[in-house]
Amino acid sequence: MSYIAKPKVTHPSLKRNRLGLTTRDYEGTVSTLCAGCGHDSVTAAIIQAVFDLDIEPHMLAKMSGIGCSSKTPAYFASQSHGFNSVHGRMPSVTTGANMANRELTYIGVSGDGDSLSIGVGQFVHAIRRNLNMCYIIENNGVYGLTKGQFSASADIGSRPKKGLPNQQEPIDPVSTALSLGASYVARSFSGDKAQLVPLIKGALRHSGFALVDVISPCVTFNDHEGSTKSYAHTRQFYHHVVDLDYVPPAEEIRAAYDDGEAMPVELHDGSTLVLRKVDQEYDPTSRAAAFKYLRQRFNEGEIVTGLLYIDDERREMHDLMGNVDRPLSELELGTLHPGKAGLRKILDGYN
Amino acid sequence: MKPTDTANPDYYHKVVDCQWACPAHTDVPEYIRLIAQGRFSDAYMENRESNVFPGILGRVCDRPCEPACRRRRVEEKPVAICRLKRVAADHRDDITHRLPKAPQEKNGKKVALIGAGCASLTVANDLAPLGYEVTIFESLSTTGGLMRTNIPRFRLPPAVLDEEIGYILDMDVDLKLNHPIDSLKELLDDGGFDAVFVGTGAPRGKNLEIPGRYDSANIHIGIEWLESVAFEHIDSIGEKVLIIGVGNTAMDCCRTSLRLGAKDVKVMARKPRGFFKASDWELEDAEEENVEIVVNHSPRSFVIEEGRLTGMVFDVMEYEIDGQGRIDRGRAVDQVSIPCDDVILAIGQDNAFPWIERDIGIEFDDWDCPVVDETTMMCTREGVFFGGDSAFGPKNIIWAVAHGHEAAISIHKYCHGEDIRERLPRGMNLTSQKMGMHEWSFSNDYDPAGRRLMPHVDLKERFKNIDIEVELGFTAEQAQQEVERCLNCDIQTVFTAKLCIECDACIDICPTNCLTITHNGTETDLRTRLSAPAENTEQALYVSAGLPQTGRVMVKDEDLCVHCSLCAERCPTGAWDMQKSTILLPYAADEAEESRCKSGPSAA
Repeated sequence: MSYIAKPKVTHPSLKRNRLGLTTRDYEGTVSTLCAGCGHDSVTAAIIQAVFDLDIEPHMLAKMSGIGCSSKTPAYFASQSHGFNSVHGRMPSVTTGANMANRELTYIGVSGDGDSLSIGVGQFVHAIRRNLNMCYIIENNGVYGLTKGQFSASADIGSRPKKGLPNQQEPIDPVSTALSLGASYVARSFSGDKAQLVPLIKGALRHSGFALVDVISPCVTFNDHEGSTKSYAHTRQFYHHVVDLDYVPPAEEIRAAYDDGEAMPVELHDGSTLVLRKVDQEYDPTSRAAAFKYLRQRFNEGEIVTGLLYIDDERREMHDLMGNVDRPLSELELGTLHPGKAGLRKILDGYN
Repeated sequence: MKPTDTANPDYYHKVVDCQWACPAHTDVPEYIRLIAQGRFSDAYMENRESNVFPGILGRVCDRPCEPACRRRRVEEKPVAICRLKRVAADHRDDITHRLPKAPQEKNGKKVALIGAGCASLTVANDLAPLGYEVTIFESLSTTGGLMRTNIPRFRLPPAVLDEEIGYILDMDVDLKLNHPIDSLKELLDDGGFDAVFVGTGAPRGKNLEIPGRYDSANIHIGIEWLESVAFEHIDSIGEKVLIIGVGNTAMDCCRTSLRLGAKDVKVMARKPRGFFKASDWELEDAEEENVEIVVNHSPRSFVIEEGRLTGMVFDVMEYEIDGQGRIDRGRAVDQVSIPCDDVILAIGQDNAFPWIERDIGIEFDDWDCPVVDETTMMCTREGVFFGGDSAFGPKNIIWAVAHGHEAAISIHKYCHGEDIRERLPRGMNLTSQKMGMHEWSFSNDYDPAGRRLMPHVDLKERFKNIDIEVELGFTAEQAQQEVERCLNCDIQTVFTAKLCIECDACIDICPTNCLTITHNGTETDLRTRLSAPAENTEQALYVSAGLPQTGRVMVKDEDLCVHCSLCAERCPTGAWDMQKSTILLPYAADEAEESRCKSGPSAA
């Protein structure tokens, strides 16, 4: 880690967003992760995304569990709400927070250990419920904090720094999310911010569970020859299928997109995602097709990235439950609580 | 763009904006670091190597380094480079034992230097230690030239001049005072010198030929008047004084007038503010002393009543400024008369060479200046060299010093029959500053402190005597804070493309958005595609070789880098390193060393 804080001095022509803030205003403390960690690039991408979306810092909640990845929320939006929860329990804590105040924007940052091993039960149920959040997995295939053992996302045949290659099937968060009915599924790479930033913006604005699985190399324990999650390997087998442009509500969509190449998807808040297919065969609105395609490419050793699946029609958890529009945290006790008589009436209904 | 050639010493030299802007290329960040460590004598010697007169220049240098200072681009005020130089001079110990000495055994070459000002003294400083027999001819009764006669004592005390000039004269220099050269031809023909250097300055003040000019004794020419004050031939002036012109000489004239009894001093400027020739800090100092600066007044005539100067008539001007901020047209809109007792003309100065015969092979241009080669400082007659104001018209002390160093090299080569155009090139050393994981051998943290203010003698006290030096020099605390403002621009961010894994860590951490990894393109194209637009085209773009994984390039906009080392700290592979660039400037002594090496051991 660095001994000095990032100097407050800035580029004089640094852009300001509609709130008059610069990207510097969305920073946190200087990272204590290893120099060159992919997670730091993901942090920078998140900063860019929340800046671009003009999110007021006090309307953002940063949620995490345990692990290198889960330290990330300390490194951005230091003026926002944050909760660094128990290992693997970030989805539950976020569920609770979201139920209490549906007006905040929730961004959960987790890792392959936090989400696919200890927290896999929490992860899958948050998806099932279509909890309205942006869920980022910083996926590096190893447990960095405990010195580089393989995690549940390590590919078969991937070599560790020392010892034998992995022989167990990996859990692919993207396929898992698709099978559970996630409504926004994306994969990207920490080394490609041009792709990653719009994907995070779309995920933050999407209503429902939005998964962004980010290959984020562990520069210390998993960036060597033979690793399938290194910078070099990811770049070599990177397969880009759908590009994404995020268009805020006020702006008009350029009509220049050709049919079949570009596909506008309007989100609930009036903003639009414009999907541009890099691979013409791919259909990001068909779960079955996405499955098939991902499996085929996976068998060829390719890493498929981009916005892989979107269904903006699925109702998020609050709507499924028929909750009121106002945040529960703002309701009077009398409104929230049925009272003794009311409770009696409800219980009597079961008699 | 092609990969940047950082082996060319000029590339990193330009990044050190202050050193690049300094005509003598003083290693500013290095001496500031030495001050920070309390090594004042070392800081003084570091200065002296290039600028010869740290104590003098620490007070009165024209400071081309400060407008160039990178700090001005990230915040408003530059580092107080000049004032820190004075800190080194004020706090040094006795350094006489560290000065170059003239050898007992001379090399048999005789050099005449005409004028005992900064240019000639620099030549003497460079040549005397090599064994040259150096003679300085000075028409006045004292040394220093315009430094002594034109800069008032309350800005530059004579003791400072005497000490630093003394260091040079002590190198067996033969000083002939009260010895004007009336004929260069005679000196060349009969003097017995191997080379002659002319460092006589620009000693003639410009005149203003308007009605009434010769009808009163109370109309003075600025530099002549300042000289008379310096020699104590003049010790008083009228109550109401008008200074014509608004350059640095005008500033010295108005402030000197206040010390000789003037109560109401006005500096009359023809143009509006922003078009003045005086340095900002000299203007500030004059205005602090309640000198009134009157703009848009163009002199028309002197008012003489009963043989006495009573005032001056001015045209009140109006100017049209064009799109580039230049004056397009001016016209007189009114006429006013302003009463006064004395007028001082400070509207510029010219070279004057009545003592150089025009038939001895020295060519003069249309402005009656000698034709001098800018590299070698030699005029059209072999063996005759010029430097300082006498070479290319009025500049300043630091330029004269730079000329002196170059002339000394030429004189050395000329006296030894070498080609004076074949000079040693500049060199550069790069040294890593890494001490540990994230430790550097310099203070890399950015200190947001503002520029320290120079303490001055109280306004009530300072006019009591013309000898009272107004600037007191930085206190120890001030110096300690000011040194931390230096951005260490000489500690370069050195990039090794083949080590880069394109993890973006350096780009993400850079506080001033200097770095980008992108596809290569032309410079104009690249400048628009960076993390932040690179609009300052005077500052270079660094472009790396193709990166191993994607073939893209690392681009660094040098403009706003604060040299905080975070790119190198966050780099996992050591592709970025912080390395100090030391620019190696060749002097006459290096040329002498080079010839010795070339001629081999047999010549020794």
